[in-house]
Amino acid sequence: MPLRLERQENVSGLRLALAPLLALVFTLIVGAIMFVVLGHDPIRAFGIYFVGPLLDPYTLQELVVKAGPLLMIGTGLAFCYRANRWNIGAEGQYVAGAVVGSWLALVTHGTDAGPWVLPAMLVMGALGGALWGLIPAFLRVRFGSSEILTSLMLVYVAQLGLDYLVRGPWKDPDGFNFPQSVTFDANAVMPLLMDEGRLHGGIILALVAVVVATFVLGRTLVGYSIEIGGSAPRAAAFAGFDERRVTYGVFAVSGALAGLAGIIEVAGPIGNLQPSISPGYGFTAIIAAMLGRLHPVGIVVASLVLALTYIGGEAAQISMRLPFDVTRVFQGTLLIAILAADVMVRYRVRRVEGTSHA
Amino acid sequence: MRKIISMAVAIAAGLGLAGAAATGALAAEKLKVAWVYIGPVGDFGWTYQHDQGRKAVEKEFGDKVETTYVENVPEGPDAERVIEQLARAGNKLIFTTSFGYMEPTLKVAKRNPKVFFEHATGYKRDKNVSTYNSKFHEGRYILGQIAAKTSKTGTIGYIASFPIPEVISGINALMLGAQSVNPDIKVKIVWANSWFDPAKEADAAKALIDQGADVISQHTDSPAAMQAAEQRGVKAFGQASDMINFGPHAQLTSIVDNWAPYYIERVKEVMDGTWKSTDTWSGMKDGEVVMAPYTNMPDDVKAFAQATEAKIKSGELNPFKGPIYDQSGKLVVKEGDVLPDKDILSMNWYVKGIDDKVPGK
Amino acid sequence: MLDAAILGAVLASIVAAATTLLLASLGELVAERAGTLNLGVEGMMIVGAAVGYATAYGTGSLLLGTLAAILAGMALSLVFAGLAIWLATNQVASGLATTILGLGVAGLIGAPFVGTRLDGAPALKVPGLTDLPVIGQMLFGQDAFVYASLVLLAAVTYGLARTRVGLVLRAVGESHAAAHALGHPVRRIRTLAVMFGGACAGLAGAHLSLAYTPFWASDMTAGRGWIALALVVFSAWKPLWLLAGAYLFGAVSILQLHVQGFGLGIPSQLLSALPYLATIVALVAISALKRGQGAPASLGVPFVPDR
Repeated sequence: MPLRLERQENVSGLRLALAPLLALVFTLIVGAIMFVVLGHDPIRAFGIYFVGPLLDPYTLQELVVKAGPLLMIGTGLAFCYRANRWNIGAEGQYVAGAVVGSWLALVTHGTDAGPWVLPAMLVMGALGGALWGLIPAFLRVRFGSSEILTSLMLVYVAQLGLDYLVRGPWKDPDGFNFPQSVTFDANAVMPLLMDEGRLHGGIILALVAVVVATFVLGRTLVGYSIEIGGSAPRAAAFAGFDERRVTYGVFAVSGALAGLAGIIEVAGPIGNLQPSISPGYGFTAIIAAMLGRLHPVGIVVASLVLALTYIGGEAAQISMRLPFDVTRVFQGTLLIAILAADVMVRYRVRRVEGTSHA
Repeated sequence: MRKIISMAVAIAAGLGLAGAAATGALAAEKLKVAWVYIGPVGDFGWTYQHDQGRKAVEKEFGDKVETTYVENVPEGPDAERVIEQLARAGNKLIFTTSFGYMEPTLKVAKRNPKVFFEHATGYKRDKNVSTYNSKFHEGRYILGQIAAKTSKTGTIGYIASFPIPEVISGINALMLGAQSVNPDIKVKIVWANSWFDPAKEADAAKALIDQGADVISQHTDSPAAMQAAEQRGVKAFGQASDMINFGPHAQLTSIVDNWAPYYIERVKEVMDGTWKSTDTWSGMKDGEVVMAPYTNMPDDVKAFAQATEAKIKSGELNPFKGPIYDQSGKLVVKEGDVLPDKDILSMNWYVKGIDDKVPGK
Repeated sequence: MLDAAILGAVLASIVAAATTLLLASLGELVAERAGTLNLGVEGMMIVGAAVGYATAYGTGSLLLGTLAAILAGMALSLVFAGLAIWLATNQVASGLATTILGLGVAGLIGAPFVGTRLDGAPALKVPGLTDLPVIGQMLFGQDAFVYASLVLLAAVTYGLARTRVGLVLRAVGESHAAAHALGHPVRRIRTLAVMFGGACAGLAGAHLSLAYTPFWASDMTAGRGWIALALVVFSAWKPLWLLAGAYLFGAVSILQLHVQGFGLGIPSQLLSALPYLATIVALVAISALKRGQGAPASLGVPFVPDR
């Protein structure tokens, strides 16, 4: 086909802003076809999906609550991915952080330990996540093992470890032997920001992380060494950047942020430790990081959009009785549209004379 | 003055509450009822059966109800939002059908005092939160008896999901039933660590068969184990649904979850304004635990099973009637006593004769 | 504790359990050797399982069902290829989006078939040989998918190493710029490799819904697509190591069930974690022995021809 994609050297802000619009139009077209085929009113479906959640103050809060862990984990992953370190085990680091942080909440349970408990839990959560993240980093540096695989395998190990703890030693003694810990004391719970709803202090920490990450990645030598280590490792070595230190560093940061997100979620919306504490945040955050083009601010936007697709999907199930699978198809379509639109604005499709290899 | 106003507000709120309950009785307005499911409605197991109950409610009340459900809701932070959304969408009665929804249900219930909630398999209640569950162990006692009469190797295979009290009490009930027929019977237990993973359930069934089990019982949701038994030519019991279709020569019977009677009753109570917070633990007597037809067994075994079923229904037989010994040989339930409900609901010990350890103990 | 009969049955179960993984990971290996990382394996598998079951149920033919599953896996792989290869989008995100789409589509297709069943693919027995002690059942008592997976493995091993097509494919994966300069149609080759991956994933899905557990239930792949992806990395992109990896994974997951059956009282969570821990240990051992992972140099990098 004599068509060719050409990279636009200087993409204007206007064109970049056009991407989401283009994606929306594409999704609306494909989505409309899908809804009509399945026998649903497309206009109503779109309204429930995209507009409804943005009008209700309650769902707006929920949007932020859901996006919080995504953007925090995604921001950490941006460090890894910019350095070309493929940490896909954030879900495990999230669980590890939640477990380590919760330990403190459980040992201080019922002791009136004072207001230091929550901050200490957050620190321990971040440490737990960082340590879990450092395992694949160590295996890579020491043995050259692929971090993609080891970090993914460690997800399952962390989940089974949590499972063991809440069904065994950490089980609530008054809980009829059901697999969950005691409910955390007040001094081990994230403070709420509003009288109504679930908006909690964790979102402030997430935003702080985004600001700091934007600065570190964009304006400091550390950020530069990560970037160059990822894109041009040889040049980085010449410039004196230690590849191993970069590996440890980015895994520690992304592990810490994932762990922090884990302990915040447990000490916030959940309130105790139980076998399932994440609806796949660690994996969804990978999509958020990619859609956000590895830029913290972009990741914030991407996380909010992803959160909207989940909440809109639930709303569509509730008010239109759409099966979950329809919302999954729609979410997949939307993601595909966003990805495609992103390319469309940054590249130009051009007709090429004659045949070309491609 | 302020006091009078606040009193007026309180009275108005009280009236509003009563009014809300009363509106259900008006035929003009549909009662909105919602379900929250842990799995897909297509799992042919736990969630599938709850959805059958929902459909029974629709069939029973027709135009008077409007039902809705949200499937695949993970336990954890998302559950609370989904339940809250359902309450905000005007549902007056909400069934949350997994243990992990307990805390989220209670939290949402506090914020929505005019909405009634029903939480399956939990133990915490509130003014507007009831709990309900089924005495599946009654059925498992019968399975144990059938298995002991059917097995030639004297070994029953048991595919378990997670070591929660309901599963443990199911294992114990099966063992007690089996021992009532053959005191030397053996039970081999394999934990799948999953409620739903067809291939793994099939693997577990094959492993048990390879180790000499010739009757397979499962406490996981898919029909994979039944199919594996059919393939290998051994017998098996179904779970949640009648699985005869998957094991025409293998299925001895199934414990079928039948939530329809309970759901219809509770919906009716909301319509009549008589709903109260209760803790319901129904069994075979109430038609909530149903035995699928007894098949692939000699007539005398069938008659024996039917007799036991009748005795359980009449209350003459209680699976957890003493004497019951634990694994160490200690007498836990004295002759003539029965194990109290709360001890069954929190069970984490095996009865004598089970050659395994309760995981996590 | 172990006699010959049990051992033979265990070995046969291991091979059967490993086959789904082997099929799916073999296709992904080819896609990755051509330079494309497709995280949509789980989605393509489940679509294969659903379409395969629906077709076999409707037509009564397992063969037609299997073919339909292969085509369905290929169709979904084209969605991924369109994005990641022709539009040069990020491959990780595109693959995840493909999986989400696939899970949804499969659920919709399979919904009418919940609670139905099929007679699964029969074990192919060879008189005399199947009854051999220990290895008889493992080698001569499996269903057609098992043998197909081994034939495919041999073909891929030979094809990649010894044929011109394999050479070109590897060249594209190692350096798309160089391959392009030599006049090879990089994106067309990558698309074909991804389609092969989709076909294999669809076949793996059919193995589940038509042979291993011959019924349909939502999400019945239960994460096996992700394991298949991990196995490709584990194999260091070498087909024979893939065979070893898939059988090792199958062995650990079957054996942990047997160990439980013997009632040794080891926490079942630890046993369930074993396949994953074993994979890590094996990976570390492999990489400690021979430095470097052998990853195709252009893996995951989109190719955009210069103007």
